[in-house]
Amino acid sequence: MHIPDGFLDLQTSVAAGAIAAGAVGYASYALRRRVDPEKIPVMGVAGAFVFAAQMINFPVAGGTSGHLLGAALAAILLGPWAAVLVMTAVLVIQCFVFQDGGALALGANVLNMGLMGVLLGYATYASVGKVSRRVRVRYVASFLAAWVAVMAGAFLCCWELIISGTAAPQVVLPAMLGVHALIGVGEGVITVAALALVSRSRPDIWPALEPAEVAQQK
Amino acid sequence: MKWWHWALVVCLVVAAVLSPFASPWPDGLERVAERLGFAARAEGPAAVSAPMPDYVFPGITSEGLATAIAGLIGALLVFALLYGLGKALARSDESA
Repeated sequence: MHIPDGFLDLQTSVAAGAIAAGAVGYASYALRRRVDPEKIPVMGVAGAFVFAAQMINFPVAGGTSGHLLGAALAAILLGPWAAVLVMTAVLVIQCFVFQDGGALALGANVLNMGLMGVLLGYATYASVGKVSRRVRVRYVASFLAAWVAVMAGAFLCCWELIISGTAAPQVVLPAMLGVHALIGVGEGVITVAALALVSRSRPDIWPALEPAEVAQQK
Repeated sequence: MKWWHWALVVCLVVAAVLSPFASPWPDGLERVAERLGFAARAEGPAAVSAPMPDYVFPGITSEGLATAIAGLIGALLVFALLYGLGKALARSDESA
């Protein structure tokens, strides 16, 4: 759902850009105080994975494709603020190196996929995860978080198009949310698969259980 | 090799080997833009011209190979950007 240039009017682009810049600034500030040196390469790898996976469009319905967003995955693995930086880095490279997403629309894309996807995805993961610390519950929480992150990004994208006068709410909302409800299922499957890979190779990163909890779950 | 070396290699393999097999169909937003008739608004020259538009490395006739190289470069650039940013944030911690 990378917005190209031409879809948004100037006011919407500038407003979205200002919010996105504030969020990225705050994320950097929040991390400055406690960036774990061990997590620096993990951030880089998460970004490389999100970039790679975003290239792999999978077919959904009726001649439409979708690809991983990765916002929920990054937030689950790294926490929300590091995830905002990961998603922003991916979007910046996509925009300026590959012309995927307009340069003027970059702020809106960061806002939709970076900030909104990450924060709502993380909030979903955290609240569903409160039910139980069992790993099975965390997988369910992750699937839901991935779906919510895609829908939240698509919802905000719709409103930017509506405010810009590009599309009418009664047509763009059902069209965008309908197709992204399907893409979100793919998002959930890939997110859960990626987490399963991490949990097998680095359970300290995810699900990050205490040794006593690991024993308890066996 | 550390874990993240392996993990990065896996990402690069995904970027280079799987990307040429991606579905060529329009994505959700592109499809909606076509259906609702505002896709044409994105046409015209880009505000900033990028070196590899549409994930195609220039000067290579094989489309699959051009995409694979673009994917490899992109994944490495994202890694490098985040690694540098992470290091910079860690350093600002020491001086604070």
